Amino acid sequence: MIGFATRRLIQAMIVMLVVALLAFTMFRFVGDPINQMVGIETSIEEREALRERLGLNDPIPVQFLRFVTNAAQFDFGTSYQFRQPVSELFAKRIPATLELSFTSALFALVVGIPMGIYAGLNRESPVSKFFLSVSLIGISLPTFFIGILLIFLFSVTLQWLPSFGRGDTVQIGSWWTTGFLTISGLKALILPSITLGLYQMTLIMRLIRAEMLEVIRTDYIKFARARGLPDRLVNFRHALKNTLVPVITITGLQLGAIIAFATITETVFNWPGMGLMFLQAVQNVDIPIMSAYLLLTAFLFVAINFIVDILYFYIDPRLRVGRP
Amino acid sequence: MNVLDIKDLTVEFPSRKSVFVAVDDVDMSVEAGKVLGVVGESGAGKSTVGNAVIGLLQEPGHIAGGEIFLHGKRIDNLSYKEKRLLRGRKIGMIFQDPLTSLDPLQTVESQLVETIRTHLPLSAKDAQKRAVELIDSVGIPDPEERIKQYPHQFSGGMRQRVVIALALCAEPELVIADEPTTALDVSIQAQILELMKKLCEERNVAMLVITHDMGVIADITDHVAVMYHGDLVEYGETTQVLGAPKHPYTQSLISAVPRPDVKVDRFPVVNYIEKAGTPQKHIDISTHWLGKSRDYEQVAGPLVQIRDLDMRFEVRGSIFPSQRKYFQAVKKVSFDIEQGETFGVVGESGSGKSTIARLITGLYHPTGGSILFGKTELTSLTNRKDVLAMRRQMQMIFQDPFSSLNARMRVRDIIAEPIKFHKLASSNAEVRQIVDDLLDHVGLGAQAGQKFPHEFSGGQRQRISIARALATRPRFLICDEPTSALDVSIQAQILNLLKDLQQELGLTMLFISHDLAVIRQMCNRIGVMRNGELCEVSDCDELFEHPKHPYTRELLDLMPSLELLSRANLETV
Repeated sequence: MIGFATRRLIQAMIVMLVVALLAFTMFRFVGDPINQMVGIETSIEEREALRERLGLNDPIPVQFLRFVTNAAQFDFGTSYQFRQPVSELFAKRIPATLELSFTSALFALVVGIPMGIYAGLNRESPVSKFFLSVSLIGISLPTFFIGILLIFLFSVTLQWLPSFGRGDTVQIGSWWTTGFLTISGLKALILPSITLGLYQMTLIMRLIRAEMLEVIRTDYIKFARARGLPDRLVNFRHALKNTLVPVITITGLQLGAIIAFATITETVFNWPGMGLMFLQAVQNVDIPIMSAYLLLTAFLFVAINFIVDILYFYIDPRLRVGRP
Repeated sequence: MNVLDIKDLTVEFPSRKSVFVAVDDVDMSVEAGKVLGVVGESGAGKSTVGNAVIGLLQEPGHIAGGEIFLHGKRIDNLSYKEKRLLRGRKIGMIFQDPLTSLDPLQTVESQLVETIRTHLPLSAKDAQKRAVELIDSVGIPDPEERIKQYPHQFSGGMRQRVVIALALCAEPELVIADEPTTALDVSIQAQILELMKKLCEERNVAMLVITHDMGVIADITDHVAVMYHGDLVEYGETTQVLGAPKHPYTQSLISAVPRPDVKVDRFPVVNYIEKAGTPQKHIDISTHWLGKSRDYEQVAGPLVQIRDLDMRFEVRGSIFPSQRKYFQAVKKVSFDIEQGETFGVVGESGSGKSTIARLITGLYHPTGGSILFGKTELTSLTNRKDVLAMRRQMQMIFQDPFSSLNARMRVRDIIAEPIKFHKLASSNAEVRQIVDDLLDHVGLGAQAGQKFPHEFSGGQRQRISIARALATRPRFLICDEPTSALDVSIQAQILNLLKDLQQELGLTMLFISHDLAVIRQMCNRIGVMRNGELCEVSDCDELFEHPKHPYTRELLDLMPSLELLSRANLETV
């Protein structure tokens, strides 16, 4: 177990280093960083001085090492457009994105898993067929379209929910702002989280259904029935638990996708999160923000993957204990 | 009084076009402490009888007529919930494959305790105590320790003991065992059968054993019911039915069981069972493509010489050599295979028999030793052209007829592939003609080439595999358990076919099997393997009459005795 975790940790570090190299390359070689930072009227001498001060004349490996060391301390340099440290900018935006992602992931799991179980157990029932048809919509419609549809219905026509922004937020600690504690903040969360989580919900539902159908056919489920166990035990203790390994893999990856790629939803709802900031950074060629975003996204995926691998150990005893 | 009474039971499976009658008007009964065997080949409806009794018929199957009584109380018309309360409590069930019938994510203890507490009003602690006692009673050592473990930490035989313990949790009156030993080795099979018989007598339980294996029937049953295509064709005391079968189907079934006691030239095949695949058109081997240009280099002496063959697999990898762990699958094995003979390799699962086959064909590369084929050393071949030339001379027939044929290819293309690959024919028309002839020759008929593998039964698929193996005009054929997935009657046909082909084409064969009776009928010389080592090599009759190695003697003792079976009045075809 410890050996396995260490191995995975080393692999994760290698992945992070490769991503760091990419981010560094983007930062150092996509355009001249000095040109991006200074105005046209800056003289060549001043530019050279700045170049020297920023260490851009050092050998490339030294620069890369410095980049990695700084990144490890959450120092990603200064944004070109805002003239503020990138880490501060992210700190302001991260709470919004994380709260949105958390809510939509919760929505996807809480709705998707029971629907999947039901559809897997009652394959032929009309309700299952209805679920499947609905899930087709969730999978085939693009996110921005669903967002706009929801805004049209609930904000414009019915005027029940706000169409943009986070509503009122409450400051917790030095930098975290939350929308969970105010009515308007909670109301503002509903539409974006449904928009963001709909695809994941349908995916999880279909996955659970397929896995359930598979597991229900196995001998150990037949044997559990032949022992006279009540349906509740057979379905939940035996069948559901055995479907979980693939479900956790996909759910983990999808969670990463929700956090990292909330961009479209944030744009549609003008949600003040990282995705929106990233989009603006791309439009303004704000390389430090872009490379920091790249690193952050990669870190999220690697971290989630690591957690998923460790979770396997808790679910599947075949990985935990060796053979005799 | 009978524990179980089945009266006029009929089970139907309606489909869109018609109604399939799986069990047709069947009567049988079991007394307490007695074992009733239900025997038949696949599709006979024997498992359906068991499922109908326990109320687990697969949809859309249903009981269309008749009655089932447990201790005189009718149980076939109970509600779903009432049936569930019978399952486990009054009727226990044992399934075929111990590797898949336990939930891999739960400890043995939690599966036992949940079953006990479902049926008996016991506290968690008492249920635990009872679980330990049960595990002890089915002969698993260190019950307190083992019960905390997960199913994958048990061997196949031990898992089947756990399954039996689970079936006996709530002291059922009737136990249904559906092929309880089919997935197990002979030595384990003998132990499990003994355990079942013992428990049945000790606890005064009635037992219904469903099997295709005459050995199991002869070993433990008191009464036997023979089923054929849903019908009960013969029913009576085991000694009576096996010793003096009245129905022609029973007679033919018994005659098809390979004899472990005497070597016969051919397996008796009775046409009652399935239209035996006789060649529709015999090919004259002397003039046909198949018999021509067998211009292999002539060798004096043995065709295959294996010396000190070693194979180990890495079980745990590590960057430090001292940390690596290996499993030695084949240890210092040496033997010769003479030209034109059939060399048998027998042993239990995990003894390394299949590994040897794969080493010879080059699917694995040995970690030590040499394999001399004719005059060529196979382990040192590197040139791709030489390797291909060697592979053309040896072909393999695999155990599982379902996964060894590509389901997306037509049979004709499956057989033509090796001919085209090795460029053995000059034109497409010729390839086509050869494929048709091959299909005729193995008894399928040329029109079979149009179809896909899933349209054939297991035995027919194995014929396709044989035709494919012949398509390279090999001189050496490796058969890895070619018939262990087949019914006895089909097995007899396939083995006869292999014998014929060997004689016609002068093939040399390596025949791998766990079944001693089949080995005895097929082979000239036999090697016995255990844990990767070759214990004994000797002539067929010598091995069976005067075994030298203690392990060989042990294996022979474990063979189910088939003395009961009547061999009289059966003609060999």
